[in-house]
Amino acid sequence: MSTLQPAALPESVNDKTIAEPPESVRPGRRRRKSAAGDAARAITSPWASGLAIVIAVLWTVPTFGLLVTSFRSQRDINTSGWWTAFGDPSAWTLENYRQALAPGTSASLSQYFINTIVITIPAVVLPLFLASLAAYAFAWMPFPGRDALFVAVFALQIVPLQVALIPLLDFYVNRLGFGASYWSVWLSHTIFALPLATFLIHNFMRELPSELMEAARVDGAGHVTIFFRILLPLLTPALAAFGIFQFLWVWNDLLVSLVFLGGTPDVAPITVRVAELSGSRGSAWYLLSAGAFIAMIVPVVVFLLLQRYFVRGLLAGGLKG
Amino acid sequence: MTTTVLGGVGAGIIPEPFLRAESVAGKFFLMFFAIAFFAAVFGLVLFLASLFKGRSGEKWQGVIFVAPALVLLSVGLVYPAILTIIQSLRGRSGEDAFSLSNYSAMFTQPELLLVLRNTALWVILVPLLATGIGLIYAILIDRARGEAFAKALIFLPMAISMVGAGIIWKFVYQYKQTSRPQIGLLNAILKALGFDTQQFLINAPLNTFMLIIVMVWIQAGFAMTVLSAAIKSIPDEIIEAAKLDGVQSFKMFRFITLPSIRAALVVVVTTIGIGTLKVFDIVRTMTGGQFDTSVVANEFYSQSFRFNAPGLGAALAVLLFILVIPIVGYNIVQMRKEA
Amino acid sequence: MALNSRRRFATLTAVLAVAALTVTACGSGDEEGGGDDAGSTGGGGAIDCAPYEAFGELDGKTVTVYTSITAPEDEPHIASYQPFVDCTGVEIKYEGSKEFEAQLPVRVKGGNAPDIAYLPQPGLLKTMVETGQVKPAPPEVAANVDKYMPDSKAWGTVDGTFYAAPLGANVKSFVWYSPSAFAEKGYQIPKTWDELLALSDKIASDNPGDEVKPWCAGIESGDATGWSATDWMEDIILRTAGPETYDKWVAHEIPFNDPAIQTAIAEAGKILKNDKYVNGGFGDVKTIASTPFQEAGLGITEGTCYMHRQASFYAANFPEGTTVAEDGDVWAFYLPSTSADTRPVLVGGEFTAAFADRPEVKAFQTYLASLEWATERAKTCGLGGCVTANKDVDPNLLENAIDKLSAEILTDEAATLRFDGSDLMPGAVGSGTFWKGMTDWIIGKDDKATLDFIEQSWPAS
Repeated sequence: MSTLQPAALPESVNDKTIAEPPESVRPGRRRRKSAAGDAARAITSPWASGLAIVIAVLWTVPTFGLLVTSFRSQRDINTSGWWTAFGDPSAWTLENYRQALAPGTSASLSQYFINTIVITIPAVVLPLFLASLAAYAFAWMPFPGRDALFVAVFALQIVPLQVALIPLLDFYVNRLGFGASYWSVWLSHTIFALPLATFLIHNFMRELPSELMEAARVDGAGHVTIFFRILLPLLTPALAAFGIFQFLWVWNDLLVSLVFLGGTPDVAPITVRVAELSGSRGSAWYLLSAGAFIAMIVPVVVFLLLQRYFVRGLLAGGLKG
Repeated sequence: MTTTVLGGVGAGIIPEPFLRAESVAGKFFLMFFAIAFFAAVFGLVLFLASLFKGRSGEKWQGVIFVAPALVLLSVGLVYPAILTIIQSLRGRSGEDAFSLSNYSAMFTQPELLLVLRNTALWVILVPLLATGIGLIYAILIDRARGEAFAKALIFLPMAISMVGAGIIWKFVYQYKQTSRPQIGLLNAILKALGFDTQQFLINAPLNTFMLIIVMVWIQAGFAMTVLSAAIKSIPDEIIEAAKLDGVQSFKMFRFITLPSIRAALVVVVTTIGIGTLKVFDIVRTMTGGQFDTSVVANEFYSQSFRFNAPGLGAALAVLLFILVIPIVGYNIVQMRKEA
Repeated sequence: MALNSRRRFATLTAVLAVAALTVTACGSGDEEGGGDDAGSTGGGGAIDCAPYEAFGELDGKTVTVYTSITAPEDEPHIASYQPFVDCTGVEIKYEGSKEFEAQLPVRVKGGNAPDIAYLPQPGLLKTMVETGQVKPAPPEVAANVDKYMPDSKAWGTVDGTFYAAPLGANVKSFVWYSPSAFAEKGYQIPKTWDELLALSDKIASDNPGDEVKPWCAGIESGDATGWSATDWMEDIILRTAGPETYDKWVAHEIPFNDPAIQTAIAEAGKILKNDKYVNGGFGDVKTIASTPFQEAGLGITEGTCYMHRQASFYAANFPEGTTVAEDGDVWAFYLPSTSADTRPVLVGGEFTAAFADRPEVKAFQTYLASLEWATERAKTCGLGGCVTANKDVDPNLLENAIDKLSAEILTDEAATLRFDGSDLMPGAVGSGTFWKGMTDWIIGKDDKATLDFIEQSWPAS
């Protein structure tokens, strides 16, 4: 794939420098502003920031409560609110984390992490490949029955994946001979992600100005070239957005991997370990507080890392200029 | 674990060493092999497509581009959906003689009306609130200092598994008598303000709204992320041009930003809408569908996986297929507008 | 599903309140149950290999086992297979999952069934048999069951064919209390139902305020909310209507709203819907519906309530450091019957169903139904919750106090054992409207409307 990389794609993507188009391209431009940012400023800054802070606090407090809870003993959790913990810092304990991190019956936590990573990466990459191809065709290549097919594809989002489990498992086991394997899990995650991925990427592609495509066609570029040279770089925010969500769904998935891969420690993902922390009858449910945070670290880091790809209008000006 | 079971099935497409791995190195090898394999398939598709030239070839190129996705979808979703429809017509077990008994059973359920009402509440409120809040937040923090961090805060709920979310909200809604120390945040606030504490998850219809809040809390992160990406891909020229024309900030939002991100808004509303129709784990883990909180998807799950009535469960899934039609219609209208 | 299976799986009853994840009770913790140290620490002595040699050459073969028993309770289970592994060279691949009940049908119908599954409900066995993939139990297993656990054979039989041998067993008819609190106030363990109500009255009048009540209860259990109220009902039906009526009610030979059942629910209401009796430490009657079952009985150690009816496994829910013993912080007494002579006992348990009939699978099935396994299970118990359906196990091997009490109750000559009725009913009732009906009953629906609602939900076929 690397040979097909567009030459125009910046080597290092950096929020500050890349987002800023070269002065030569846009003479007379002093300050970048987004339309939305302007709107926010219109509501006057203090109000805007105030509202943003209120939303942020409302959204964070429940999680913060669990974070505090995860450092409290079972007894404290059951008898007093988590906010009272600040009055008595000496009662804080790492016991829940110690127990959650303790090696399980037969496998260390790292093994579950490795399994999750092995499951997740191909299950994110594959739907991104396939969906962007399909979305491109649906958006910019005329072929018979295109619109009807597209509507059908995105409407498939409604099919609950639960109805697909038995037919798919049967297909892998009896037709393909995969049985319980990583391939079954990768393909299943891809299938379940395709309707949304195609839909999302398609709608982003449709928004791009058609002059871009036409100009390239005039220059003699084929669809393959256009797809790589023009569209992929422009779609980075959309691809990153979908990528992060697919990553999360797969990372937090329990059901699909249990069905297609099984729950034995040699293959099971971290979610299996977290779910069983509470014991067979849920009597140690308070350990789940620590478990939830341990399982959350990677997705949050990935989100922060992907942030840099949510860059606005990467090459929009450069291409035309 | 199933090698023995598979023994008689015959050789798979992929030889055993590429199918399963025990060691860490083996697993990573498998992973990279898979990625390389998928990339090769991807390259092959592009190569095939590039063989077709000219205007008539373009049709074939389009078909080749969509073919891999369509093949997978046919096997993985279309075929099961058809099986589901057939099953729904074959009695409780899904294996008996053809009849409409599941549909009549479904519509004579005394609680169906309530379930439909709840489903309607969910499908209207969740996309509206989650998208609204996600959009406002995306705009407010766009290009603000600490944007990445601010986004991460709203995004956090998406990163938490359902197991974690269940406990998080337990510590918000938990009920204790007014006279006792509270461990639920909401009741602690009520108590501090001098009100009696409430059984938020038991008192209908309040409880449905309490569950809806949880879904909005999770989905706003999705809306915010996608809409923020859309805002950032508005080409600068448009903004510049509007500025040269002297367009004011608020109007800029109304006439420039909003139309520019319309496609993303449609994506977000549609996706959250469909996701909400399908969601049942919030209801299941927090109330088990009791206290008048059940929704169609929860009934589907219970019938299929708990009550051993896959036929009736399939009928409820078909009801979901029908309920999605308005959302599909909305999208077709949007596409027409665009074209 | 998770909470559902948590409660429904039934072998490891009394899981003691010890630092669960840190205890490596016995056994190596090796996933395959392999290694020699399991044998040496668990006291896993050599067993007679002759019964398994009859199945032929088994060395190097593998048997997959799928259960709802997860860490940390799976470890002693795996350890108990060691003598068989040593004997035959068969590798046992164990997989426990909380999603067991939803997953098993999917895997079986999808063509990926395990060799052996531990089914926590006879109702699920019936469903699995209907798929046509469960193999009838081999004669060796049937012989073992006839010998050691004849009473439970019927629960593993579907349409006259015997499929599944009982494995673990647990006692549900327990009332938890604090021996020291009882001693301090001079309360006596009630011997009959009337004495129980009289004691409740006395406690209520001793504690007139709202703070302390005779009983505490909680039926919240996520997606399985209501199940512990169904256990209450079943226990009381066994007492007020008798085991024969109970059987007819479970089999739907009498309607769900039969007068005998109405009597029982009224009797249950005397405790559960009596504001004077409940809900100690939580509030009024309605709070029963919102109190998680895991927390419901903790008031006994905190002094806000005196009695809590729950199965033996509840021992695991008391905070770390609580002694569970007759002279300890908490203990349990048998939920008394209408007269001191009858001893109906509500039990739960699970069954080993096989989806393959290869020799190694049959051999392992036979081992699980043998006295050797049950003895090994008791010896390598560790956490507790190791009572089996096998009547010939020496109860003194059980180190755990509540296990020992359970074993004594189960093997008592006077005891009449009945399986948890909701596990025997069709899923739509037993894990559906029965739970829902009882929950609605707690929050205000009257007796008759509740029973009528459940009756009309009984599937026609």
